[in-house]
Amino acid sequence: MVKTYNRIERIKGSIAQVQAEGVKLGELAQIKTKDGRVTLAEVISFDHNRVNLQVYSGTKGVSTGDQIRFLARPMRVPFGNSLLGRVFSGSGSPIDNGPEVLEEPIDIGGPSFNPSRRIIPRKMVKTNIPMIDMFNTLVISQKIPIFSIPGEPYNELLARIASQTDADIIVLGGMGLKFDDYQYFKNYFSKSGAIDKTTMFIHLASDPVVECILVPDLALAVAEQFAIQNKNVLCLLTDMTAFSDALKEIAISMERVPSNRGYPGSLYSDLAARYEKAVDIEGSGSITVITVTTMPGNDVTHPVPDNTGYITEGQFYLHGGKIDPFGSLSRLKQQVMGKVTRKDHSDLANAMIRLYADAKKARDRESMGFRLSAWDKKLLKYSYEFESNMMDLAVNLDIDEQLELGWSILAKCFDRNETGLKAEWLDKYGKWDK
Amino acid sequence: MDKEFAKGRIVAAQGNLMTVEFEGIIRQNEVVYVQTGSEKLKGEVIEINGNEAKVQVFELTNGIKLNDEVSFTGDLLFVELGPGLLKNVYDGLQNPLEEVAQAKGYFLPRGVYLNALPRGVKWEFTPIAKKGDTVEKGDFLGSVPEGVISHKIMVPFQFQGKGTIIEVKKKGSYTVEEEIAKIKDEEGKIHSVNMIQKWPAKFPLRLGERVLPTEKLSTACRIIDGPFPVAKGGTFCTPGPFGAGKTVLQHQISKYAEIEVVVVVACGERAGEVVELLREFPHLDDPKTGKKLMDRTCIICNTSSMPVAARESSVYVGVTIAEYYRQMGVDTLLLADSTSRWAQALREMSGRLEEIPGEEAFPAYLASRISEFYERAGVIRFKNGDTASLTIGGSVSPAGGNFEEPVTQATLAVVGCFLGLSRSRSDARRFPAIDPLISWSKYLDRFAEYGKVDNSAIIKKAQEFIHEGNEIGKKMSVVGEEGIQIDDIVLYLKGEFYDSVFLQQNAFDKVDTATDEKRQKEQLSIIKIVLDRDFVFEERDEARSFFLNLTDKVIQWNYTPMDNKSYGEKKMEIIRMIEG
Ligand SMILES: Nc1ncnc2c1ncn2[C@@H]1O[C@H](COP(=O)(O)OP(=O)(O)OP(=O)(O)O)[C@@H](O)[C@H]1O
Ligand SMILES: [Mg+2]
Repeated sequence: MVKTYNRIERIKGSIAQVQAEGVKLGELAQIKTKDGRVTLAEVISFDHNRVNLQVYSGTKGVSTGDQIRFLARPMRVPFGNSLLGRVFSGSGSPIDNGPEVLEEPIDIGGPSFNPSRRIIPRKMVKTNIPMIDMFNTLVISQKIPIFSIPGEPYNELLARIASQTDADIIVLGGMGLKFDDYQYFKNYFSKSGAIDKTTMFIHLASDPVVECILVPDLALAVAEQFAIQNKNVLCLLTDMTAFSDALKEIAISMERVPSNRGYPGSLYSDLAARYEKAVDIEGSGSITVITVTTMPGNDVTHPVPDNTGYITEGQFYLHGGKIDPFGSLSRLKQQVMGKVTRKDHSDLANAMIRLYADAKKARDRESMGFRLSAWDKKLLKYSYEFESNMMDLAVNLDIDEQLELGWSILAKCFDRNETGLKAEWLDKYGKWDK
Repeated sequence: MDKEFAKGRIVAAQGNLMTVEFEGIIRQNEVVYVQTGSEKLKGEVIEINGNEAKVQVFELTNGIKLNDEVSFTGDLLFVELGPGLLKNVYDGLQNPLEEVAQAKGYFLPRGVYLNALPRGVKWEFTPIAKKGDTVEKGDFLGSVPEGVISHKIMVPFQFQGKGTIIEVKKKGSYTVEEEIAKIKDEEGKIHSVNMIQKWPAKFPLRLGERVLPTEKLSTACRIIDGPFPVAKGGTFCTPGPFGAGKTVLQHQISKYAEIEVVVVVACGERAGEVVELLREFPHLDDPKTGKKLMDRTCIICNTSSMPVAARESSVYVGVTIAEYYRQMGVDTLLLADSTSRWAQALREMSGRLEEIPGEEAFPAYLASRISEFYERAGVIRFKNGDTASLTIGGSVSPAGGNFEEPVTQATLAVVGCFLGLSRSRSDARRFPAIDPLISWSKYLDRFAEYGKVDNSAIIKKAQEFIHEGNEIGKKMSVVGEEGIQIDDIVLYLKGEFYDSVFLQQNAFDKVDTATDEKRQKEQLSIIKIVLDRDFVFEERDEARSFFLNLTDKVIQWNYTPMDNKSYGEKKMEIIRMIEG
């Protein structure tokens, strides 16, 4: 039952209004422009027969005489194994010159997971990056952002995580991506081989703003289907600030009253609805969500990082190309540290961070020209060892190797009794000569 | 009721807000159902104008179209009350989530509304009233054991005037739907009563006389029970930036507070946090009763990805259930995490209604809604002189962690106790991160006035050390330790000592996690000795290392169970150390 209309009555922002009968909220329409372009639009409201359509590719150049066809179905995305290795736009069409995907479509933005069916997360996601695995262990079903100043290598970090992780499937959602970054991801994944287990939904900075908003929903709908099919999925979304800015732009063009710095009052719920897709399904797969949230002006109290902090389970701070060991926190780490990882994990990690904090103070004393004690000098040596071996994002080691490395660094810099670690661990794992 | 309810049809829709053209008589806040395809979606009337009503739908609205049928129910949004509420987990519309999962699987499909109370369970009924008694609404007809409490079956709260009992069922087991009594009203009409009551969620349920809360609620959290206590029947709030520890604190209180029934409302926060309660509570013992914690707990869970409109009602559903238990004479505690999410739900709806926005786009009535909510707390006295309380604690999530925002400010204006969590304390891992410099409780003086606490002198003194110590600390960071008098350093160290061994508490140590009143008293007696004593130190370092050692000793003592043999020894050792 496809209906066609030929008269657009009003165009404003990304919204086009038509007179139409029997259309449903959320229904998709196709707009065919005079110059032969075809774009999708979604019914976002109606008042009697006046129907408002949000046009995915924007209303630029749309004419009052363009042809509108209602498709009697909501936005969907094809799903199947043939998505792996492929790249799609924010409206779900292939942008990698590959063929159309002929798989059964699934709904996007589906219902939420029943809390009473959730389980306490207890499995680790390995990234082989020490600042994550060893100090802020990621747990299956966790949702965690990378808080970063624009310009930091956050996309490099995501690419690295994707290539080193033991997850079964990677779904990457890019929002407001620069073309260079998109190419970077593609090349990196091809080289590392991760591309074969990866699906990408990419909205480039130059693409229409409505498509930006669709990216997380497409990515998460696909991730959810894989999870139901017993796959552990890592969903990477970059940059959620671009996503929020797209929400802001659309809300303002629809004359919604903004709540805080122009962002709509629903920003918290809009972000949470996406992040909360993270889940570990009992007896089946899982979704773990790592995002990038760039902080305008390096300000954590900016509405986007602020609302995000209230939703996620901790955060990684990216500073000067490294994951900051102090502000970063995985709120779920205690679920796996020393439980699924080696018994000394938690104590070793805490001791190393404590020593690094002391070492930072010694570095301050050094830079202020104070005389340094013998202990200060040990700490200094330790700080350089720690930074080059543990904090470097290029390190790629299994968690057990990371722990061994940690013990080696301690042995290299300190005496056995200076670490404050339990005798039990020192005896079992310490690397000092007996 | 047999009257015809109004009917209508959808004429406009945007997001969750529907405009409905109707025929018949409708009420503000009446519950409606929108029929879309094969699904029936619940909604609520929020504005009426001529023959058009604005309806907010509690679920995803995809697929709704012009002329979809709307049926009015004549009822306001009500809460189903009766035995079986405890141990249960509901969404914001009181759907039992476990049953929904059994019927529908992993996800929460829309348009599923199941009975809140289990219909098949038989309850052991013991009559209290007898034939011929004169009764009125809220009077006890009988009781059934529910977990740890004796659940009273009451004369329906809507019952008008005096009634005469025609019949009460004899002792035996009955389901909630079976008749357990017949009551004749003043007009001679006979009412059949079963165990189910219904009450409109947005109206306070309070039968009895309100009296001033003067009893202390023991939370086993020292920084609360000491300097910032909460009254049974009082209100408190815990605002704080993300990650400051609001949720951990609420979970702690829900576990250890000395109270008979706890209602937890997880309102617009993470689903994962509710799961901890769901999975842990059935296994944790309630030290007071020996039963499981879950037996005294009811959880309302409308987490952040569940429909926003139902988030608004979740808070009211929770507080109505809590009031219901208070009505049977049970001391009840309601915890809501986070009231800011509820306020945001109000804001979203207000925006769609195009109401004139107030500060940060919150509606102008935000403050009055917040105060109406907290006002549902309180102590009531019944006809027989017994009293029961409902205590309400809400967490607040201020934007940017800045308390100068509408929700925090409106909350501070109505609560009796403010437990402000600060970023500086959580960053320094001084947990619970309640900041002793900004928090306050109006109950501390009241308890002293009513002779209900005897530690207020030492607590007040310790607080002075905290404030003065903080001033000295600030100076120290400017001029360095060298610039400070040794006496002042000792004062500062005494403040730090009190902070470390009393105000801070390790939630992850199985002994320190909860401290009862008796033990707090002992700890305070040690603190009193330390604060009162004139220590003489030659060197600053000497003072520092003395207090460092002392602090460490007391913390170790805090980790020792009271019934452990070494408990007394450790205490003596501490006293010897103080007295040099
Ligand atoms: N009493 C405590 N003892 C030790 N650690 C704590 C304590 N309270 C909080 N934490 C730490 O702080 C983290 C965050 O706590 P919590 O989840 O309660 O914060 P929150 O204020 O509820 O944050 P949000 O606003 O994001 O929900 C915890 O995961 C834990 O690591
Ligand atoms: Mg919280």
